[in-house]
Amino acid sequence: MQKMFMNSIGIVTPQSLFFKEPLALQSGASLSDYSLVYETYGTLNADRSNAVLVCHALNASHHVAGTYEGQARSQGWWDNMVGPGKALDTNRFFVIGVNNLGSCFGSTGPMHINPATGKPYGAAFPVVTVEDWVHAQARLADALGIQQLAAVMGGSLGGMQAMAWSMLYPERVRHCLVIASTPKLSAQNIAFNDVARQAILTDPDYHAGDFYAHGVVPKNGLRVARMIGHITYLSDDDMAEKFGRDLRGTDYQFGYGVDFEIESYLRYQGDKFSEYFDANTYLLITKALDYFDPARAHNGDLAVALANTQAEFLLVSFSTDWRFAPERSREIVQALVKNNRKVSYAEIDAPHGHDAFLLDDHRYMAVVSSYYDKVWQQIQTPLNVTPQVTSQATHKEAA
Amino acid sequence: MNVAKFHGLRADLAFIAHWVQAGSRVLDLGCGDGAMLDYLQVEKQCVGYGVEIDDTSIPRCIDRGVSVIQQDIEAGLAMFTDDAFDSVLCLSALQMMKDVEGVLRDINRVGHEAIVSFPNFAHWPHRLALLQGHMPVSESLPYDWFDTPNLRCATISDFEQLAAEVGLEVLDSVALKDDGTPVTFMPNWRGSLGVFRLKKK
Repeated sequence: MQKMFMNSIGIVTPQSLFFKEPLALQSGASLSDYSLVYETYGTLNADRSNAVLVCHALNASHHVAGTYEGQARSQGWWDNMVGPGKALDTNRFFVIGVNNLGSCFGSTGPMHINPATGKPYGAAFPVVTVEDWVHAQARLADALGIQQLAAVMGGSLGGMQAMAWSMLYPERVRHCLVIASTPKLSAQNIAFNDVARQAILTDPDYHAGDFYAHGVVPKNGLRVARMIGHITYLSDDDMAEKFGRDLRGTDYQFGYGVDFEIESYLRYQGDKFSEYFDANTYLLITKALDYFDPARAHNGDLAVALANTQAEFLLVSFSTDWRFAPERSREIVQALVKNNRKVSYAEIDAPHGHDAFLLDDHRYMAVVSSYYDKVWQQIQTPLNVTPQVTSQATHKEAA
Repeated sequence: MNVAKFHGLRADLAFIAHWVQAGSRVLDLGCGDGAMLDYLQVEKQCVGYGVEIDDTSIPRCIDRGVSVIQQDIEAGLAMFTDDAFDSVLCLSALQMMKDVEGVLRDINRVGHEAIVSFPNFAHWPHRLALLQGHMPVSESLPYDWFDTPNLRCATISDFEQLAAEVGLEVLDSVALKDDGTPVTFMPNWRGSLGVFRLKKK
């Protein structure tokens, strides 16, 4: 029985929606029209109160859970979190995964044709911010007939989107789950991002972003970008445990090929990534990360930035995450506490660094699962109606 | 009291809950599974936060609808601004602190009032154990000396002195027996738990 409930959501199919109204962007530019690719799991209830939006991070997409028909290893990126009987239970909630603008997984992005020029956008695709994404996501919610989301949830960059939702659309978010995230990038975070960008920008195959026309891909740049990124997702301990100083061969090669297992692993990850990820998208998304700083408009005071929120919050961080360390989550908690928001915070002692938010840890899953139980209970009690009145109404109907 | 029991409140907590004003803002340091805050929220319309370090307690607090922040007490206190709470509870946790004085000062900083409880080392069975040449092991101090989370041993009389030093005035104090009922005669001998209601001086 238990096993059956723990099954994946099964075969899923992405959908696409075209938006013909222009979207004004934070940069001052605008997109004249655009498409968003998304997936949904579970069923929207009659009063449309059980929708949960799951926001993706840097290299993920709308494919949060389930698998694609006929495609091996096509499991969604948060399949361990989202599904029937899982922490975010699709038997209860209507879960939406949406691909962000500028991505390379289907929603309008640099690989698509710019209607103004008839050529791919390339590097001319306007720089989009976390807030721009959220506005686009809100239009998708409108189109799906969802006025208020039971929850918005995301890890890392996805957590930033969840946070931005609570500030930009306070009345549309009942719960906000921010996992392994940060209120802004540190100088070190930005530095890593810029090294990754430089790797792409200085690759001769980048062609100022128009590499599509040249029939090439800046593979080397993308590989290095991914290798750098990947290092920041793992903890020192985790790397030591997984690879240590293990050698590929029996002894040192005294050359610049692959000596160590960690080199082999990173190169493999880099190669794989460069085969499916778009270089312009990588540039765009790292910029969106760098620019996110909701406190900036309020003299750096995050508590002021969060003052208009109405949601209840859950924050989770992981002890060995040095990319977005627990301290960053605590800053958010502190700012919410200052505003007397309902907020719970779990600091999970896990060895896996930033990547921990994607992995199974029973303490982590127990916290999220308990939190969604409460969200579910709240939905069962309609707003402004006491439970007693509801039960009387039900009795009448039954009679 | 029956209502308190319904919420799964231990006898001592049920007694202490009487001291918390209805509708007040409460911080519960070392809130455990959140039973006290749950009771105060539901029965006394209080609002607030719990601070708890134990992993298994966090989902239990969330199950109860208690806002919980997973931190140790020292780090947890640092998250709150001056005078943020009407009442700060620190129940049977102070004796586990390294810097008891620092924690008390911080409790004084974030709250108007505080309710603090701790096992009374001067409870008569403890004195008896010492007289017999052994560290006490009892219902209120259930650990062997070599394996105890309790770093500090204090008596009801000792605590009064420290409270005065950190700028807290004692509004009420009571010694409770193991069954949660108050002791009036010779409390520092007969009470196993010291409970103080304190106010900024």
